[in-house]
Amino acid sequence: MTLLYIERLSHNFGGLRAVQDFNLELQPGELVAIIGPNGAGKTTVFNLITGVYIPTEGRIKLNGEDLIGHKPHEIISRGIARTFQTIRLFKELTVLDNVRIAHYSRAGYSQWDALLRLPRFTGQEDRVRREALELLDIFGMADLAEATSKNLPYGQQRRLEIARALATRPSLLLLDEPAAGMNPAEVERLMETILWIRREFQLTILLIEHQMRVVMGIAERIKVLDFGQTIAEGTPTEIQNDPRVIEAYLGEEAA
Amino acid sequence: MEFYIQQTLNALQVGSVYALIALGYTMVYGILTMINFAHGDIFMVSTYIAFFFSTMLLGALAGLNPILAFVATLLVAMFGTALLAVIIERLAYKPLRTAPRISAVITALGVGLFLENFMVAFKPVGPAPRFLPALIPAINYNIGGVTVSTIQIVIILVSALVMILLDVIVRRTMVGMAMRAISWDKFIVPLMGVPVDRIISLTFALGASIAAVGGTLYGMAYTIDPYMGIRIGWWAFISAVVGGIGNIRGAMIGGFILGFVEIFTPVFLPSTYRDFVAFSLLLVLLIFRPTGILGRPMAQKV
Amino acid sequence: MNRVFWNRWGLILILLLIFPLTILLPRFGIINPYIDLVLKYIGINIILTVSLNLVNGYMGEFSVGHAGFMAIGAYVASLLTVWLFPRAAGPFLFPVALLAGGVAAGIAGLGIAFPSFRTRGDYLAIVTLAFNMIIKSVLENLDAIGGPRGFMGMEKLTTLWWVYIWVIITVFLARNYVFSNFGRGVLSIREDEIASGLVSVNTRQVKVLTFVFSAFLAGIAGGLFAHELQFINPRSFTILKSTDMLVMVYLGGIGSLGGSILGATVFTVVMEGLRTVLQQIGISQEWRLVVAPLMLILLMIFRPYGIMGLREFRFLIPRKERPEALNEFRKQIHASKGGKEALT
Repeated sequence: MTLLYIERLSHNFGGLRAVQDFNLELQPGELVAIIGPNGAGKTTVFNLITGVYIPTEGRIKLNGEDLIGHKPHEIISRGIARTFQTIRLFKELTVLDNVRIAHYSRAGYSQWDALLRLPRFTGQEDRVRREALELLDIFGMADLAEATSKNLPYGQQRRLEIARALATRPSLLLLDEPAAGMNPAEVERLMETILWIRREFQLTILLIEHQMRVVMGIAERIKVLDFGQTIAEGTPTEIQNDPRVIEAYLGEEAA
Repeated sequence: MEFYIQQTLNALQVGSVYALIALGYTMVYGILTMINFAHGDIFMVSTYIAFFFSTMLLGALAGLNPILAFVATLLVAMFGTALLAVIIERLAYKPLRTAPRISAVITALGVGLFLENFMVAFKPVGPAPRFLPALIPAINYNIGGVTVSTIQIVIILVSALVMILLDVIVRRTMVGMAMRAISWDKFIVPLMGVPVDRIISLTFALGASIAAVGGTLYGMAYTIDPYMGIRIGWWAFISAVVGGIGNIRGAMIGGFILGFVEIFTPVFLPSTYRDFVAFSLLLVLLIFRPTGILGRPMAQKV
Repeated sequence: MNRVFWNRWGLILILLLIFPLTILLPRFGIINPYIDLVLKYIGINIILTVSLNLVNGYMGEFSVGHAGFMAIGAYVASLLTVWLFPRAAGPFLFPVALLAGGVAAGIAGLGIAFPSFRTRGDYLAIVTLAFNMIIKSVLENLDAIGGPRGFMGMEKLTTLWWVYIWVIITVFLARNYVFSNFGRGVLSIREDEIASGLVSVNTRQVKVLTFVFSAFLAGIAGGLFAHELQFINPRSFTILKSTDMLVMVYLGGIGSLGGSILGATVFTVVMEGLRTVLQQIGISQEWRLVVAPLMLILLMIFRPYGIMGLREFRFLIPRKERPEALNEFRKQIHASKGGKEALT
């Protein structure tokens, strides 16, 4: 049973081919990484999956259902969640509200219930508050619930973004460079977190990452993109020994 | 037939003034992506500068050569209005350059209303309409049933001249190049040695002095009052949006389109529907083609 | 009586105690008609400020055309009370007229919500501005309802107690909305619209609801305004009126109901106070109109979030959202989890 099925996905910006013939099949529980130099089209793939852009060509299916043409919030409600390359928390809002916003599609009451404070509102709102606090508790952030999110230290903001993504109850989590800007100790902790949430929330994870330590450490399968095209695919060991990859990507760091 | 030629001529006359004011909106938007809602009222102030100066001038030197009087009034109005615009920019807009874009727009709205209400309350101006003294003797020529006045000719010719001049400045000079560069990237350009603050002030000054040309010309043909900043200003603003805000040639085209809307609406509908037609045009355009006729689309980074 | 009791019933008791005063004080001339009028204006302005704050302050969209919604509410309510409702039943059917005005304005709000799907910021400002101008122009061209001369014949149905009730309804509904799933959606649009959609917020739904709700409130305020003045004309609802609302929102504080109440009150009192002061020192009343735009400019430069920006008075926060309540929830959750593995 394939969870995510992407076939011949292509996207052009003006005349520029950002993504070309991208194929991917994700089985439930997998942890796959996409790597590649800057501008290789990795984030564009995420934007295509989540409906921010509509692809020029290709198919994207989640559990056999077509995703193309749906609005981002519909796609998210079907079980895909993501984080962002640069942190995109709701800065002026509290930690708790950041997580509660992600309950939007599962709030379980109408605007009339809300406006008039009907019993359904009270009941469901209690549930949302409890679930959000529980999630924050898991991430060790329950005590920060009322803090304004922009005041959190960087590492905490990254964690909050992951927590917020999980609040939408995804089956597939897309992480866009979660280790960016972290020091080695934080990276170590992040790797544990990713593996832990995968187990605890039964997630399938697709990861974009620049730090080779993270990719080689936790990914089971790696896809390498360059100029929008897939140039290699395989296990970490295979990728590390692939001459094209060394030239296009690892070569940069080696040199 | 004569009727339509006559009306077209009238539309060109009104459209020229709209186009001149629209240029100021569009230049500031082009460089700062900010809607300077005060611009219509800056135009209004310019007509009063022209009014007071020309009254004084002709009072002191009766029988002055009309061309000299006209040029002197024009230059003083341009200079005074440019000064006003630069002061407004420095005091009210510059502190907000790093604030959310909308703060500057709200401020501009405030500045416009301030100017208008100030002129109403300020005794030497007051709410009553006024006439500029006749700078150029108004002579009507009748050509095949179409009436053409000297003032009409001056308005159309001077406007055309100013627009051509501006187009040359923006496309051919270093200053123009700097303006266009800033409009593309506000953060990189300063690193290349372009004095951004000075160029921005210059843009405001240029936009305001062009509006002052429009103001002086307008005052020669119609009565002036403190409320026309809204009445004329909004129409000029619609012109800028219709042409594609941020685009100089678009503003000229937009100005003439609005001139035709103004003159030809009363042919088909009661004249009180003019505002309705103009703003509906604006609304429809914004919904279906937000970038106007010549504007470039806005990019959104995800 | 203990704290829990006051926490729960205190505010309601105070509001109930004030209510008879809003009937009795004007009735027996304890407050003079002028004070009565100023109090009514404060109330109407609170409703308007809450309305605009929902869109500009909470949602971060930008409307400069709220006077248009107010106009629709004012005209619809007035037409009903003057033409349709029997005169004797006027006072009883007044709320119906106001609601009808609110609903009509709300429908117009729906029309503004759609362009907001595609444009925001200054482009949306132009859309709302055009809307305001079009409404004014249409009213001027409808001779049946007075055209540019305006419409009159309304009875003075707007009493202090009615204003009081509508202010409470407005603040109650707005608070419920803001502290709900939808309200959080509104905030998320202000903070980052794209991220908002990517954490499952249906941004279009939120925009429609907020614009309609906001327009509805402005319509109610318009109806109250019309039945206070007993005379309305299209020029009462120009961009100038919209600017007054902007000043009140940015004075009191964006994204704050307490700020809206404060902003409307301070602004109304200052403008009325100015009237007296100018009269005393013999300066023309026209200078009053210079003050509002000047305040707006200074606020934008020196205090763009306003007095209460993004903060809220405690009494306006629902009990379960207050810090001590959250602490309680937190403790329960911690206790119930016991020894279950948590991420470290």
